[in-house]
Amino acid sequence: MAIPMPVTTPVATARNAAQRPTLLSRLDEFGRELWQDKLGTLGFAVIVALLLMAILAPLLAPYDPAAQSVISRLKPPAWLPKGSWEHILGTDHLGRDVLSRVIYGARASLLVGVLVVLFAGSFGVVLGLWAGFRGGRTDSIIMRIVDVQVAFPGLLLILLVISVIGPSMATMIIVLVVTNWMVYARVVRGIVLSVRQTPYVEAAEMIGCKTSRVIFRHILPNLTSPLLTLGILEFTNIVLAEAALSFLGLGVQPPATSWGLDVANGRDYIFVAWWLITFPGLSIATTVLAVNLFASWVRVTTDPQEREKRFAYQRAKLAARRARRSPQAQSSEAKSQGGRS
Amino acid sequence: MGGFLLRRIGQGLLVVIGVTVIVFIATRMVGDPVKVMLPLSATDAQRAAFAQQIGLDRPIATQFVDFVSDMARLDFGDSLWQRRPALDVVLERLPNTLKLIGAGLGLAILLSLPLGAIAALRPGGWVDRTTVFVGLFGLSLPQFWFGLLMIVFFAVTLGWLPTSGMGGARYYILPAITLALPSLARLVMLVRSSMIDELNQQYVRTARAKGLHFKRVVMVHAMRNTLVPFVTLAGWELISALAGYTVVVETVFAWPGLGLTAMQAIQKSDLFLLQAIVFTVAVLIVVINVGLDVIYKLIDPRIRLA
Repeated sequence: MAIPMPVTTPVATARNAAQRPTLLSRLDEFGRELWQDKLGTLGFAVIVALLLMAILAPLLAPYDPAAQSVISRLKPPAWLPKGSWEHILGTDHLGRDVLSRVIYGARASLLVGVLVVLFAGSFGVVLGLWAGFRGGRTDSIIMRIVDVQVAFPGLLLILLVISVIGPSMATMIIVLVVTNWMVYARVVRGIVLSVRQTPYVEAAEMIGCKTSRVIFRHILPNLTSPLLTLGILEFTNIVLAEAALSFLGLGVQPPATSWGLDVANGRDYIFVAWWLITFPGLSIATTVLAVNLFASWVRVTTDPQEREKRFAYQRAKLAARRARRSPQAQSSEAKSQGGRS
Repeated sequence: MGGFLLRRIGQGLLVVIGVTVIVFIATRMVGDPVKVMLPLSATDAQRAAFAQQIGLDRPIATQFVDFVSDMARLDFGDSLWQRRPALDVVLERLPNTLKLIGAGLGLAILLSLPLGAIAALRPGGWVDRTTVFVGLFGLSLPQFWFGLLMIVFFAVTLGWLPTSGMGGARYYILPAITLALPSLARLVMLVRSSMIDELNQQYVRTARAKGLHFKRVVMVHAMRNTLVPFVTLAGWELISALAGYTVVVETVFAWPGLGLTAMQAIQKSDLFLLQAIVFTVAVLIVVINVGLDVIYKLIDPRIRLA
């Protein structure tokens, strides 16, 4: 080859080292890093699609999800012999369009998931920070409350409280917040305890930083990575809990829609109309699976140790591929890459 | 050991007291048992008589004292639905739930140890990747949906297994698998990751270097260290199953255990029965927690119970 190819490293062109990273360059970096993990990218794409689906539900849904129609009851999906393209995923026992209900159902799951994680997370983080920072009696009282509440018969107590107060979406959110804050408090307290002992926190206290500055400026950044992963994983738990509660009839109440509620409605028709439970259930599973895939990418990416491991793994894979392409180099390189690690 | 046990039992008492207080606040102060338990058609006189019968006309402090002393004497009142003491109903249904948990969790524990260990032998190999992928699926499928799909497939379409209810061994298969699925996924992931960590430790290299068979190193040396987090998680699975996570499975398969009974109590507005269930399970969880601490001590002598 006569013309030498210009050598560019992607990271160097992404941003000038002297400049502060702009939003665009950060997004660029995020995308580039996410693309390395194909399953994580898939998960992220599905999450974005679900969010759009929930927000734009009135535009996307072909019908009103609550509109009943006696003439078109229990129509199968379009690709089956008796189906029609008017109802792509068929209709339920009241003639409601399954596709529209699935689209609107995303709202309940995502709304409950996001709100519960935000509220329970903030509450748990504040209590955890407080317990870890103050130590002493404050710490032992808060942690005792956590220990005691963790040992409660969780779901049964939730059932009792909801059945007494009366089921509604608001009740469900409050109850889930009250029963899910403890894990955040535990994680945060543990990290705060270990970070407090580091020299830079001591130094910050020594030169007279205000307590709030020490907590938010020096301690809180250590918490972003574990809290991010924890919050995402908790989100999947809450989505599943919302679905289960709605399935049991103690969550979202009709005429509102929820995937769990729709599976419960379709339960009586599983012998004649399999599509009634299939599509809402599939939606729950897809949501949770996508978030899980994305979460495992986030965990690896935000944890320096895991990043190191992944980097080494990719290097090894690259070397192995190169070795396969040039047989002469194979013997020497395979030796250095082989063996159980 | 004695002092430790006393402390844990003291903490358990706190749990039971906490549950009692919450149940009291929920049923007597936030909600109105008369409104919940009597039908809409009840007359005002009937409502007043019922309120008096369960002591609602007395001051709240007196009510609380009575409530606590009833709980302490295991007197939960009569179940309105079954017309007999609520505790009798609970004790009759509890064994069914325990059998279901035993089958489901037993399946999860028995499968997770070998599967996780095999996956850990070759991280990144096809067994490993399959295990991780199946594990992710297990965590993502809603239990009630998975159960319904299995009913449709194995009970309705193929007709191999009964759809619901309790009976011989065949009745256990579908509910046990449904209950086991998420637990199995979590346990396999844990065994896999802690086994990978253990196999990278120095002592494994030493054991191999002195000529021990690899099988023995994995099964005896590494496995024992893996068991400590494993027992923690398995104990947590047991407790969360008891804490009501069998409700969904029992509802789907009409399994006559505590969870289904709780749902029926809600439908029949039988608050006393529901209280009895919550209270019994709370006590059971406390007992199991203490038992688990003792098991840790047996597995890992380094853990000092102080």
